Amino acid sequence: MAQNYDFEFPDGPGKINISASTIVLAVVGILILFGLFTSFYTVQAESQGIVLRFGKYYNTVGSGLQFKLPFGIDQVLIVPVERQLKQEFGFYTSGGTNVSQYSVSTAERNAERSMVTGDLNAASVEWVIQYRITDPKQFLFEVRSPEFTLRDIAESVMRAVVGDRTVDEVITIGRQEIEGEALIKMQELVQKYQLGLSINQVQLKDVNPPQPVQPSFNEVNQAQQQKEQMINVANGEYNKVVPRARGEAEQKIQEAEGYALKRVNEAEGDVANFVAVLEEYKKAKDVTKQRLYLETMQEVIPNMGEKIIIDEGASQILPLLNLGKGAKE
Amino acid sequence: MKAAIIGAIVLIVLIVLSAVTGVFYVVDETKQAIVTQFKNPVGDPITEAGLHFKLPIIQEVNYIEKRILEWDGQPNEMPTKDKTYIIVDTFARWKIKDAMQYYLRLKDERSAQSRLNDILGSETRNAIAKHELIEVIRSDKDRKPAQEAIIADSLGGIGTLYPIKVGRDRIEEQIYEKASTKLEEFGIDLLDIRFKRINYNQTVQQRIFDRMISERQQIAERFRSEGAGEAAKIKGKKERDLQEIQSEAYRKVQTIEGEADAKASEIYAKAYNQSSQAAEFYEFTKSLETFKEMLKEDTTLIMTTDSDIYKFLQNIEGN
Repeated sequence: MAQNYDFEFPDGPGKINISASTIVLAVVGILILFGLFTSFYTVQAESQGIVLRFGKYYNTVGSGLQFKLPFGIDQVLIVPVERQLKQEFGFYTSGGTNVSQYSVSTAERNAERSMVTGDLNAASVEWVIQYRITDPKQFLFEVRSPEFTLRDIAESVMRAVVGDRTVDEVITIGRQEIEGEALIKMQELVQKYQLGLSINQVQLKDVNPPQPVQPSFNEVNQAQQQKEQMINVANGEYNKVVPRARGEAEQKIQEAEGYALKRVNEAEGDVANFVAVLEEYKKAKDVTKQRLYLETMQEVIPNMGEKIIIDEGASQILPLLNLGKGAKE
Repeated sequence: MKAAIIGAIVLIVLIVLSAVTGVFYVVDETKQAIVTQFKNPVGDPITEAGLHFKLPIIQEVNYIEKRILEWDGQPNEMPTKDKTYIIVDTFARWKIKDAMQYYLRLKDERSAQSRLNDILGSETRNAIAKHELIEVIRSDKDRKPAQEAIIADSLGGIGTLYPIKVGRDRIEEQIYEKASTKLEEFGIDLLDIRFKRINYNQTVQQRIFDRMISERQQIAERFRSEGAGEAAKIKGKKERDLQEIQSEAYRKVQTIEGEADAKASEIYAKAYNQSSQAAEFYEFTKSLETFKEMLKEDTTLIMTTDSDIYKFLQNIEGN
């Protein structure tokens, strides 16, 4: 065909004719090849491709090898819809994948952290949000820099939530509530701004009183421990004394019961003895009486010290007595 | 054949030529466009994305954003109504609603941003100056804070939220209302404005820190005092329990012993009072016992011949 073409220009030099047609063909060929090469592209498993034809949204394609029109007619924007993304506020972890993950400057991170609480105290709050791109069309076309908008929203919401709480709630007891409320409010705003994102999680990280105030917060902790300790010491004292007193009381009662038994048994013994002797006494009163008297005397008199026997007639014996051992020398 | 080839070449040349001189232009989803001829707009703004045509060379395309745009205000130091200096950082979302008006009044985004700076900046300043600090911090008027017992009991309002009348959301709305009407004439639709950051300035911050420290010290004191109080309570209970235990034991001991004594007496009385003889005999034996007890080795016995023992002896002799 090229040959025919050459021969139909008889006036021109054949060589030039041949090369002119070859150039046109070569250009067309290169264009076709180039077009073919730029017509294929792959979309990763976690992503979707948004196809624009002459800048207008054409369609959305899934993952895999895809075809598009070349020469800038079709343009493809790849959006990682399945990837869990995060943004960090007030701190950073290295190895971030998206540019909006954290603020690079330390001053900026410091500013992100510091907040005013509802009791006009200050607190340093670090947090992280997890989100995903759920609507790539919205994400690309509704808002310019949606991820930085998200950062603004996150900061604004977190401050509003912290602003309605006391410093104690922020630092200790209210953490979960803050996470929950911030999540709901952020979701509302993301919806309102049509960012094409959905927030899955808001997590508080380090939440502290500001640096210069921290010692006084520690003092509170110490005081709390001191309180516990004082109570423990007092309880120890109590436990040291009271159970012992209980035991001792029990001992006394037992002893009293012993005494009671003894007393009654002895009484019964005495009475039994008495009754037995009484029976004898009844049989022979005088004799028994005398016997008992004499038996007693017999028992008593030998044991006594000095024994002096004087006649009935003697009237003055006392002066004779050397009373008391002190005088005896 | 020849004509076809010439035609093809002409077509390619035309396409290339028109592409170079700019007959076609593309408006993508994020943009709108205004076509100008010698700097004067021609026709309505193009808001539909896609491939569009214009006259080459003499007509120019000016692209304008269609998306929602950000305005990120500079942090500014300003006083509140209660003369507290705070640093306020705001952000807003806006949109070019009337591209033609926007193009005519502002030309480009840079001048739009600077206009936003002026208007939003001054309205923010006004709003902040009209309200006390707490009004821009808090938003929910009715919220009751959760409190730990120790703080709830403390005097001096520790752990309570300062009351508000207006609140952050309402102040944001006030700024929005004022600013949005002013921005309308630029073809700008302000969507909202929000406080991103509000912080104390350096000197105020020091004051706040001092107050926080004194509050914490109060709480610490309270803990210590509570500890001492609890300890005293326990000490008191210890004393009370000891007294109770000991007196209870005393009572029981006395009761048991008393009852035993009473029973013993009863047993004795019953035996001794069974008859006059028994009573007499008891008296006698008891006297004897008393003797036994009384007369020990340190006793001196002085006996006259008249004494009982002797009487017996005499009687026996007499017999």
